Amino acid sequence: MTAPDPRHDTLERRMPRADPAAATALERTWRDPPGIIGWFAAINHKTISKRFMVTTILFFLAGGVLALLIRLQLAQPNAGIIGPDRYNQIFTMHGSTMMFLFAVPVMQAVATYLIPLMIGARSLAFPRLNAYAYWIFTMGGIMLYAAFFVDAGPDAGWFAYVPLSGPQYSPGKRVDFWAQMITFTELSGLMEAVVIITTILKLRAPGMSLNRMPLYVWTMLVTSFMVLFAMPSVMLASTALITDRLVGTHFYNPGEGGDALLWQHLFWFFGHPEVYLIFIPPLGFISSIVATFARRPVVGYPAMVLALVTTAFLAFGLWVHHMFATNLPELGKTFFTAASLIIAVPSAVQIFCWIATLGSGRLHVKTPLLFVLAFFFILVLGGLTGLMLASVSLDTQLHDTFFVVAHLHYVLLGGAVFPLFGAFYYWFPKFTGRLLNERLGRWNFWLFFIGFNVTFFPMHLLGLWGMPRRVYTYPAEMGWGDMNLVASIGAATIAASVLLFLVNVARSLRVGAVAGPDPWGAGTLEWSVASPPPMGNFEVIPVVHGRYPLWQPQPEPTHVEGMSNEWREVLVTTVADAEPDHRLWMPSSSVWPFLSALATTVLFVGSIFTPWAVVWAAVPVAVATTIWFWPRRAVVRERVRSELRP
Amino acid sequence: MNALEQNRAAGKEAVRRGAALDVSGMPTFAFSTRSPMWWGTMGLVAIESTVFALTIMAYFYLRSHATVWPMSRFPPDLLWGNLNTAILLASMWPNHKAKQAAERLDLHGVRLWMTVCMVFSLAFLAVRVFEFGALNTRWDSDAYGSVVWMLLGLHTTHLVTDAYDSLVLTVLMFTGPHEGKRFVDVSENAGYWYFVVLSWLPIYAVIYWGARF
Repeated sequence: MTAPDPRHDTLERRMPRADPAAATALERTWRDPPGIIGWFAAINHKTISKRFMVTTILFFLAGGVLALLIRLQLAQPNAGIIGPDRYNQIFTMHGSTMMFLFAVPVMQAVATYLIPLMIGARSLAFPRLNAYAYWIFTMGGIMLYAAFFVDAGPDAGWFAYVPLSGPQYSPGKRVDFWAQMITFTELSGLMEAVVIITTILKLRAPGMSLNRMPLYVWTMLVTSFMVLFAMPSVMLASTALITDRLVGTHFYNPGEGGDALLWQHLFWFFGHPEVYLIFIPPLGFISSIVATFARRPVVGYPAMVLALVTTAFLAFGLWVHHMFATNLPELGKTFFTAASLIIAVPSAVQIFCWIATLGSGRLHVKTPLLFVLAFFFILVLGGLTGLMLASVSLDTQLHDTFFVVAHLHYVLLGGAVFPLFGAFYYWFPKFTGRLLNERLGRWNFWLFFIGFNVTFFPMHLLGLWGMPRRVYTYPAEMGWGDMNLVASIGAATIAASVLLFLVNVARSLRVGAVAGPDPWGAGTLEWSVASPPPMGNFEVIPVVHGRYPLWQPQPEPTHVEGMSNEWREVLVTTVADAEPDHRLWMPSSSVWPFLSALATTVLFVGSIFTPWAVVWAAVPVAVATTIWFWPRRAVVRERVRSELRP
Repeated sequence: MNALEQNRAAGKEAVRRGAALDVSGMPTFAFSTRSPMWWGTMGLVAIESTVFALTIMAYFYLRSHATVWPMSRFPPDLLWGNLNTAILLASMWPNHKAKQAAERLDLHGVRLWMTVCMVFSLAFLAVRVFEFGALNTRWDSDAYGSVVWMLLGLHTTHLVTDAYDSLVLTVLMFTGPHEGKRFVDVSENAGYWYFVVLSWLPIYAVIYWGARF
């Protein structure tokens, strides 16, 4: 039941609510089953997303510890703390973890929590597939670390160039684990992209036409489309690598007509868009945070959306700039230089829009906004070194030096990790119901900001002085010792900052200030529901009349009537205008996505040891996925009773 | 009146006043672009088309670096490839009939035409085995052999998974439990079948004719 007058004035009553009996029924309907089996059967998007976020952050911490080991070894010349073989594994694991087990998946993890809440939906489009994708990802990560702990961690760098990673120069199983980790993570990433695209296009609340979607939702739509066309490339590349290594194909073997550069083309056709898979979702975090803390809508909504789409297209035309040091035709390289420079234009459009928003708003400087302001500073520096590296002549000099290491960390930490921390501070109250501590937040921020620059700025100089990346030590005579020591001190500062973040989370979970539905006075739909949200997200499905529903008057109709509270029902709407189209029953919680993921893991890991695993292990996969799909008679009988044909 | 009925009554009142949109009369499933299943299937089609396109690019990339093509000198025999192309194209007809039957909500039609589809899938899977035998190269002979086996292997994976999917769905159509949204599944399964057949045409052209011209 709804409140009698829908044009409410107080915060709690601005959005329509259901009466307590209906809300309780809804909660019961959407809850996952209890117990241990229930834990594995959970498919609620918020439950899976929270696990997904925690898992990616654990991998971030693991990757961070590896980075600290690297900085410990490099802090002084001729150090012998870590031997060369172990060092190779450590930097490969660090890069692979951060790129494949943290940066891309964490963005999808956050999205699977926020998107249904931002678009007024009760669920993701394919909740069981979402659970499967999470489990596949987790098992792939566990496999990689299990290999690392038994001294079989990959050691050919995070982009595993052939011929080094090929059968001749990397015998043993190390690189095979790396290649299968790619299969796990990219399979998961691709599934998540399909889930996110379908959710955004089909499950938006009535009235949320495409041009009223929050900018964050736009960033995830664009990112997910990029995933569809980028990730297959690295899966194909790594599959060819593993068949070269295991069954004697010759894709990358020049002796039998193969070609080593084929690897680089396939890898970077994925790898460059990947940078934008990491970088575009944070642009959405920034748009959310800037609007809320400037207390006004983001300036230039159409320009922002067009800039995102332009960036996505251009991102597929840059991959060769990772290959300027190869023997490609010079004319071709100039094309990629031009493309690399042009992509600065849509990025600049967005930055100017945010500056205009901040400049004309009433600023509330809180921790989330601090992280966003740091983004401007650090990303601009990383972008400028990117423009330098886009020049073929300069790149030839700086290729494979610490200059590149500095550049990529400025772009990836500045572009993704700083806004991500901002996003955690911003949405933590929504996830948990409690605010993170502001004072600890500021300490967290300043230590991170200072530590980051102290770590990575000196690497520019080291690179210019000629220090190559991926060396396990260097002689004192090179004169690189001081700057390396500074960088290592910076790394320790970052570690302290991340530790403070963890303390803040642990403390706030217990004693943080209770947030209420909308602690920041934000304008988008996720803030209209309780914190943490009920299992079915919205007690009644809202009808949307603008881009910031909580900031504008609510004309009628305010909400949807006629949805069931007794079973999991979602409202499907049209793609462009979000007009109501039909009601759809969502699947119940099930343990079979987890068991299917387990069976898939057996197949993938087994195939490292024998190609026949692809055949015999396909049987349990087929069985598990069939049971997953097979409808239950009792459930169907219930559903058919209320069925309405189109 | 219990709480649930009260709730419904209040909802009706809100709808009458214009405060709420009433969706209780809306259908509980729908076909084609209206259905999330369609979008999910198209997502898979986009992913797999990209894989096929990239493998074909790898084929021509390797060919552009080779002095002799095919490296093993003998192109694949045409017989089985041509035959299978014909079978695959012909399978679009029962597939189309199954799709139409599903969209008419005609269970008998769906059962009939999906069964015909299963017969076709047996045929093309059997002929596919002979296709591998007639490639005139092994995956480990040279890079040409590797990429040709990869192309045919990738497409065969699609044949196998699509045949298995369709089999499960066909069995479900006979055994039940039945409900309306399974007709959407049949329709989308047929859509995916189109993709598996139509994507074969460029792959067929590359494997069999890319080695001849």
